Amino acid sequence: MNVVPKPGVTDGRILLRAVADAFVKLDPRRQIRNPVMFLVFVGAILTTFVTLRDFGILLHKGPPAFQADASSPTQGSGPQGTSGPQGTSGPQGTSGPQGIFGLQICLWLWFTVLFANFAEAVAEGRGKAQAESLKRMRTDVRARRLRGSAEEPVSAKDLEVGDIVVCEAGDVIPSDGEVVEGIASVDESAITGESAPVIRESGGDRSAVTGGTRVLSDRIAIRITAAQGGTFLDRMIALIEGAERQKTPNEIALSILLSVLSLVFLLVTVSLHPFIRYGLQASGPGASALLSLTVLTALMVCLIPTTIGGLLSAIGISGMDRMLRHNVIATSGRAVEAAGDIDMLLLDKTGTITLGNRQAVAFIPAPGVDQAELADAAHLSSIADETPEGRSIMVLAKREFNLRGREISGEPVRFVPFSAQTRMSGVDIDRPDGRTRRIRKGAVGAVEAFIREQGGVFPEAAARDAEDISASGGTPLAVAEDGRPLGVIHLKDVVKGGLKERFERMRRMGITTLMITGDNVYTAAAIAVEAGVDDFIADARPETKLDVIRRAQAQGNRLAMIGDGTNDAPALAQADVGVAMNTGTQAAREAGNMVDLDSNPTKLLDVIEIGKQLLVTRGALTTFSIANDVSKYFAILPALFGTLYAGPSGRGPLAALDVMRLHSPESAVLSAVIFNALIIVALIPLALRGAAYRPLGADALLKRNLLVYGLGGLAVPFAGIKAIDMILAALRLV
Amino acid sequence: MTVHDWIPPAVYIAVLAVLSPPLAAYLVRVLGENRKPFRGPLALLERGIFQAAGIDPAVEMTARTYILSLLAFHGIGLAALTVLQMLQGRLPLNPAGLANVPFPLAFNTAVSFATNTNWQAYSGETTLSPLVQSFGLGVQNFVSAAAGMAVLQAFIRGVVRQGRDTVGNFWADLVKSVVHVLLPLSLLWAVLLIGQGVIQSCSAGPAAVTPSGAAQTVPLGPVASQIAIKQLGTNGGGYFGVNSAHPFENPTPFSDFLEMLAILLIPSALVFMYARLTGQKKQGWMLWGVMLFLLIAGLSVALAAEFHSRGPDWPAMEGKEQRFGITDSVLWAVNTTCASNGSVNAMHGSLSPAAGGVAMLNIMLGEVVFGGVGVGLTGMLMFVFVSVFIAGLMVGRTPEYLGKKIEASEIKMAMIVLLVPNALILLGAGLAASVPAGLAGRSAAGPHGFSEILYAFASAAGNNGSAFAGLGAGSPFYCTTLAAAMLAGRLAALLPVVAIAGGLAAKRRSPETAGTLRTDTALFAFVLTGVILIVGALTFFPALCLGPIVEQGLFGLGRLF
Repeated sequence: MNVVPKPGVTDGRILLRAVADAFVKLDPRRQIRNPVMFLVFVGAILTTFVTLRDFGILLHKGPPAFQADASSPTQGSGPQGTSGPQGTSGPQGTSGPQGIFGLQICLWLWFTVLFANFAEAVAEGRGKAQAESLKRMRTDVRARRLRGSAEEPVSAKDLEVGDIVVCEAGDVIPSDGEVVEGIASVDESAITGESAPVIRESGGDRSAVTGGTRVLSDRIAIRITAAQGGTFLDRMIALIEGAERQKTPNEIALSILLSVLSLVFLLVTVSLHPFIRYGLQASGPGASALLSLTVLTALMVCLIPTTIGGLLSAIGISGMDRMLRHNVIATSGRAVEAAGDIDMLLLDKTGTITLGNRQAVAFIPAPGVDQAELADAAHLSSIADETPEGRSIMVLAKREFNLRGREISGEPVRFVPFSAQTRMSGVDIDRPDGRTRRIRKGAVGAVEAFIREQGGVFPEAAARDAEDISASGGTPLAVAEDGRPLGVIHLKDVVKGGLKERFERMRRMGITTLMITGDNVYTAAAIAVEAGVDDFIADARPETKLDVIRRAQAQGNRLAMIGDGTNDAPALAQADVGVAMNTGTQAAREAGNMVDLDSNPTKLLDVIEIGKQLLVTRGALTTFSIANDVSKYFAILPALFGTLYAGPSGRGPLAALDVMRLHSPESAVLSAVIFNALIIVALIPLALRGAAYRPLGADALLKRNLLVYGLGGLAVPFAGIKAIDMILAALRLV
Repeated sequence: MTVHDWIPPAVYIAVLAVLSPPLAAYLVRVLGENRKPFRGPLALLERGIFQAAGIDPAVEMTARTYILSLLAFHGIGLAALTVLQMLQGRLPLNPAGLANVPFPLAFNTAVSFATNTNWQAYSGETTLSPLVQSFGLGVQNFVSAAAGMAVLQAFIRGVVRQGRDTVGNFWADLVKSVVHVLLPLSLLWAVLLIGQGVIQSCSAGPAAVTPSGAAQTVPLGPVASQIAIKQLGTNGGGYFGVNSAHPFENPTPFSDFLEMLAILLIPSALVFMYARLTGQKKQGWMLWGVMLFLLIAGLSVALAAEFHSRGPDWPAMEGKEQRFGITDSVLWAVNTTCASNGSVNAMHGSLSPAAGGVAMLNIMLGEVVFGGVGVGLTGMLMFVFVSVFIAGLMVGRTPEYLGKKIEASEIKMAMIVLLVPNALILLGAGLAASVPAGLAGRSAAGPHGFSEILYAFASAAGNNGSAFAGLGAGSPFYCTTLAAAMLAGRLAALLPVVAIAGGLAAKRRSPETAGTLRTDTALFAFVLTGVILIVGALTFFPALCLGPIVEQGLFGLGRLF
């Protein structure tokens, strides 16, 4: 049931293209959209200038000065002096190793920027690959437009909203529209991945057709409802490509939090320059510190939340991508986010909770009637009945009494179809004696009237049986032949398998399930108990749904619902998350903010979990990112402060902060920067996959995530930085 | 430490815990939105003021109007107080014939008192007349504290209301806070303090001869009334330069206890008032518990530092009052910096480096441990917002607090409240540490001199007002930069909170479900404490390293500054 090939994270082509895109995204206009990474970007540029100058001096000005006089670093501020902490500069004209150190920092800062770009590109790349296979379907289609009664060939591009086009077997439907005439089977596999053709017919709830799908049989006239560029397919491509991607409300709030934090860390590093200079002067001659623009920039980059900053947009994109993998198209990231907040589900009984088709489960004969006779009559009356109920009667009769499709030869047979007036269906058989057998089945009241008409009486026992069936949530169908009552058929709604467990899962997540049905209270209650929903509304009229949603929303609830019919459209629009089934009407698909391509109503549950997962991932990586800072202080600060107020040993009191016992001040700074860059790459899979979500209560979930991402965020970098430091030392890079 | 040293903190915390809930019940009665009409002299006074000032307390204000009223009120107070000082020489009630105060100092002092900071770049008894002290500073002591309470009341309305666009009436909130809370409590405290021997006099002081034979006039003044509101309103500006280390301000151990109790009493009771007015009793205990934990943690580190880091001379009594000893001095130092009080009974610069560092960190954390009257709790609630935001995401919902969605605008405002002071401290100290005018103010070299600078800007930006005694804060450089820090710090603490209240009042509450993050649990208290400490530590750890931390290290090696 795959829409299109769904490439994994490791798909070679996507990765390759993402690498190229990572460089394209270095465009400052793109960088500035992400304030956290923009700071890194600016820092990388600054250190590049410093590095270039250091090597420039090395190349052009002969041997460099022997020692960097760190206690008076005001001299020789670089060309970038206005942007950075005023008056700082690299180790001026330092010897080779110092320049190499600056160069390494500079390169890793660029890597940090590129890794974040890469993460975003990978997330987008998966969507792009999907979009491309969809675009291939959008090749130029010729349409047959109706002008009066004449057809004229026209390019799909030139179609306008309101035009009527004709499609016959083999034609590709040129644009989104509504069937106004005829019925046809349509292959929608290109959109839904579902290979079985679907029926589209005028009127009713199955009238919407999608541009790009193919008519397999028959002929339909379609009124175009979307201009080129605005069709479902076009929007789907745009959504998948991320072209319309805007920041969601929660993403904006998180960005603000991260930006302000970054600003404060920028101030921390900027103010550290005068602070350290004060310390150097107070320490007296001989004190030196690894104080340079490069090192301060490195410190800033390590402190600002680059991990979440670099992965934030990838998380958002992959949230929509995960929806798509479940064959749900979200019209905006906002909808995905809203799904996480849902605390009430509004579910139709029919089709969502039950299989949708009531099925015959028992023949209950009237007093004095043989069960086989009832079955036989029921069978006869259902031969031509194509409704699911009718078919299920045939199945039951076959199973219980081995009645098979039979030749009713010689006897003229007329089938009486169901009509809303008679509320009965059945069969008339002309017998050789000239009389007509009239077999009817239908609603108990209707059949009762039919019997009375013929002078018969509907027995009380049968009426009681019918009531019992109703009370148990079933539907009774009475069967009669002429004036003789034969009994009732027990039709039962069958609840879908596995629902009870899923609703239980929802309950643990704090989500209330509400079933809505047009059935009477007894039926509704029985099904509600069987399915395990929290509450139900019976005797609902089409407009009830909208009322229910409005009332619940006024109490602060956030609702999700799934629907397909045109009369669902207002409710779909009102719900916080409205999922329209792809088989539904155009109106429904327009009203909802998600479309379920599989038209599987239980999909709502997946949608909610994906929404929650998206939010959890953001929170987890933010926590991780901030917790990381603690260890970076313990790596970088001793490198900066270690020699201040030093005694004869050369180690000051603050050297005690070096709990990791790193190789050298330079390697400490470099290791922290490298760790900071690599952790982005390491967490790309997590950002794309989403943090694990379990349907636990809020407290349990918080405890678990704090432990994993909070404590992990504190501990992991200590190990990581130490490991990188050892590797750097072993490779003699510092 | 001996057993005796455990008694004062234990008794202090016990009395605070016992008195806060009943005081909160009284606060709910007089400040609550649907308070019952009551009679008595205070009700008459309230009605009188409303009538005289033409205030209709029933008129509701939007957040914007509320903010503008607050600004106008502070602006006028600021101007009036500046002018009053600059003209004091020609005004009555000036028995010692003190001269007019020059503009920079007058402005600094006016800002300081209007912003509830009470940073004193002057010595009260030799600079300001009783007229200025009582009718200038005294008035600001009341109304600046009341402004903090007003903002808290607006915030509470924001939490409670749904679908409204107003947050109350600033003038009514201000008057109610003064008349029903600050005034009666101050009266009670003043009487109790006078009973202990705190002076209350408008005469010129008696002449005396010092042991070295020099002639001296002992300054007197209306001290007790001033001290009561100074402590209760988390103001902290003493009548005398040495504040509550002066025997006329703080004569006995009991007066010391009363004054210390007054520092945290109202802020602590406001937590329970908040809980009752929002209908969240458990929430109140959670907040109070976090505050108490941070208080005890700071106190423990400071006491351990005082008693266990034995420098060259021990016990280190320089700068501490013999009458109070180490424990009471440290207890006061921790309390006054937890709240934005800033009164002292010992010189903070003379605490052991780590204990001084605790005092500094308390201020840097935003004074949310009980904190200033009104603003301490709102500051803590901003931390709650940030905690709810991060923790809320981790449970898979867009964050909510008490059923209200925390969105971009709330986060923006909360971050302003929390981080503007931090920015001011870092930038101010960075500036002062790099220009000669800033360095010249130090009274010590090395890390201690750095601590003096850092502390001054922390105290100003956090509206605390205490000092690492030693810094020459009267210079034009410090008068201006610190006044700017005080103003910016105060505006950042008040205005965004009202803005948030306005936004919250319009939002609907969503019902609590199993999927809702609960904010009244021990787990959330843990998250909140972590966020407060991590934000504070990450911002200030490098600076603290170069001040108190390295000084403590050197102290252990026998190097003093």
